[in-house]
Amino acid sequence: MRSIVQNVFEWLDHRLAIRSAIWPIVTHPVPRGLGWFYVFGSATLTLFIVQLITGVCLAVVYVPSAADAYTSLEYLNNEQPLGWLLRAVHYWSASGMVVMIALHMTRVFLMGAFKYPRELTWLLGVVLLLCTLGLAFTGQVLRWDQDAYWGLGVGVAMAGRVPVVGPSIVHILLGGPNIGGETLSRFFGLHVFVLPGVLIAALAPHLYLVVRQGISARPKPGQPVDPATYQAEYDAELKAGEPFFPKDVSRDAIFSALTVLVVFGLAVAFGPKGPNGHPDPTIVQAEPRPDWEFLPLFAILALSPPEMETALMLVMPVVGIAILILLPFISGKGERSPRRRPISVLIVLIFFVTYGVLGYLGNVAPWSPQMDAWSGEPVPVAMIKGLSPQELQGAAVFQNKTCRNCHALDGTGGRRGPDLTFVADRLSNGELIRQVLQGGGNMPAYGKQLGPAEVEALVAFLETLHKAHEPPVGTDDAVKATNDTAAFKPR
Amino acid sequence: MNAPESKTPPAEPVLGRPHRRSMLGWLSVGLGTLATAAAGAPILGYLLSPILRTPKNEWAEIGPVDDFPEGETRLVDFVDPLHRPWDGEAKNLAAYVRRNAEGEFTVFSVNCTHLGCPVSWFPQSGLFLCPCHGGVYYENGEHASGPPPRALYTIESRVQDGKLAIRAGRLPTLQAPG
Repeated sequence: MRSIVQNVFEWLDHRLAIRSAIWPIVTHPVPRGLGWFYVFGSATLTLFIVQLITGVCLAVVYVPSAADAYTSLEYLNNEQPLGWLLRAVHYWSASGMVVMIALHMTRVFLMGAFKYPRELTWLLGVVLLLCTLGLAFTGQVLRWDQDAYWGLGVGVAMAGRVPVVGPSIVHILLGGPNIGGETLSRFFGLHVFVLPGVLIAALAPHLYLVVRQGISARPKPGQPVDPATYQAEYDAELKAGEPFFPKDVSRDAIFSALTVLVVFGLAVAFGPKGPNGHPDPTIVQAEPRPDWEFLPLFAILALSPPEMETALMLVMPVVGIAILILLPFISGKGERSPRRRPISVLIVLIFFVTYGVLGYLGNVAPWSPQMDAWSGEPVPVAMIKGLSPQELQGAAVFQNKTCRNCHALDGTGGRRGPDLTFVADRLSNGELIRQVLQGGGNMPAYGKQLGPAEVEALVAFLETLHKAHEPPVGTDDAVKATNDTAAFKPR
Repeated sequence: MNAPESKTPPAEPVLGRPHRRSMLGWLSVGLGTLATAAAGAPILGYLLSPILRTPKNEWAEIGPVDDFPEGETRLVDFVDPLHRPWDGEAKNLAAYVRRNAEGEFTVFSVNCTHLGCPVSWFPQSGLFLCPCHGGVYYENGEHASGPPPRALYTIESRVQDGKLAIRAGRLPTLQAPG
C-alpha cells in the first residue's frame, strides 16, 4: 500500500517537480515574529473561494431573467433544499470579504508594507478592492427586488451626470433605454464572468509578488526604507527568519477557519438578505436602500450641498482611486512604522470614523420623509387636551397636510425638518405664518396649498406647542403661560 | 546621426535567416492586428449596441380622458412600449397624470430628478415627496425643497379620440430628460 502511494507521489513529483519547485515556495523563509496582523489577506482569499463555490451553486438554480429572477430567489429561499443557507452564506461571506479586504489594506497601509519593493503588489491590491466592491454592487442587482431596481436607477442617474457621454453610459449600463431584462443580463455577465475573471487575473500576480518580494517584516521605528540598502537588510532578516510552513501558514489557516465559521454562524442566525418587494416599477411606495457597504455613499448624496454634488459624485471616486494608485509612488520610501507616521494613522482614523458616521446616518436616513407619518402617527393626546376648536382644527390641518411626514411631535414622525414639540418657544406668531406660507430653509411653501382659515388654525395650534410655565415667543402673557393647561409636558 | 545609416541597405542576409525572421515577425504582427480587429469590432459593436441604436420613445395609451378629473393628479400604470418580452414585472411603468383646472394635461415621470427614486404624490398637501434623499416638488412639478437640481421630468402627451396617450419608454436622466 505504502509503495503504491509512494509510487504515485514519485510519478507526480517527476511530472510536477513538487520537491524541487513547489516545496521551496511552501517553505520559503519569512521574517520572524509576523504575528496575527498578517492574516487578513489570506482570510479575504478564503472568503473569495467560498464566494466562488457558493456562487456557482446559486447559479445552477437562479434564473438571470427579469421575468423569473425574483421567483427563482423565492424558490431558493423556500423550496430548494439548503438554498436559503447558500444564499445567506454568499451574502455574509461577501460582507466578510469587504471587511477583510479593508482590514488587510489598512494593515498594509499602517505598516508601510506598500513601500519599495512592493508597490506593484499594492497596485494589484487596488484592482482587487475595486473588483470586490464591483461584485458587491452587481450582486445586489442580481437580488432582483425593489432595492435592486431603484438602486440601479440611482446608479445610472449618477452615471448620467457625467458630462457629454453621461446618457450613453446610462444606455450601455442598462443594455437598453430603460431598466429591464437586458439590464439584469448585463449585470449577471459582470457579476459571474467579468469581475471574477478580472479578480483572478489580478490575484495571481498579487500572490506571485507576495512570494517573489517576500512578506515584509514588522516595521521598526527608525528603520526607514532606502531602495539602496533595503534588499540587503531584508535578506538579513530572512536569514534569521523561519519557514512560512508550518508556523505562519497555521496562523493564516486558523484565522481563515474562524472567519468561515463566523460567516456560517451569521448565515444561520440571520439568513439570506431579501428579496424584498417585487421589482415592479409601478409600486412607487418603494423606499430603496443600498447594502451596508454603500450606505455612506447614500448619506453623502443626501448631505452634500446641491451645487457641489455632481462634482462630488463624479470626482470623489476618481480622486480616491488615484490616491490609492499614486500612494506607493508618493510615499514609497522612508519610515514604515506607524509610530513615525502620525498622518497616516490620522488618515486611517478619519476614514473609518467618517465611514462609520456616514454609514450610521445612511442607515437612519433622517433626511428621508416618513411617508406614512401623516396617517400613521396621531398627534399625541396630551398635546390636544384643552385646545380650543380652532386649535384642534389646526392639529387636523397639521396631520392632513402631511406636515408630520417631515416634522416630529414628541419624537414621532419624520425627521427631515425640526421637531415641533416646542416650536412656539422658537418662533413667534408672525414667524410661524411666514414659514408656513413661504417655506424656506428646506421647507416647501404652503401658500398655495392652504386657505387663510387653515393657516390661522394651523398657526394657532403651533402656538400651543411650548414648554409649560414658559410663554410662547413674542407674547408677554406670562400669566397665560403659567395657567395654560394645554402646555405640553413631554413623556 | 543615425539617419545616413538607416538609408544604407541592410547587410546581405547570412543564409537568409535574419531577413526571413523579420518577415515572419512583421507578418505575425500584421495578421495578429487584423485578426484582433476582425474579432474585436463586432464584439465592441455588440456591447455598445444600446447607444449605436437607441430606440426613440413611443406612444403608450393611458386611457379615456374622462378618467382624469380636472384639478387632480393621478398615478397611472402603462406597459413600456419599448419593453423586451422577458422584462417581467419591469415592463410595467408608472407616471403621474395631472389635469389642471383648465383641462390641460401634464404628465410627470415618477423618477426624482435628483437620483431617480420614485416620488410619491400627496394630494392632501399638493406635494410630491421623494423617499430617498427628501426631494420635494409642488403639484406643477416645480422644485420645492431638497436636493433635486430641477423640476420633475415631463412626458410628452396627446389626446386623440378622447383618449390620453404618452410618449415614453426611456429612463429620463439629467442630460437626457426626454
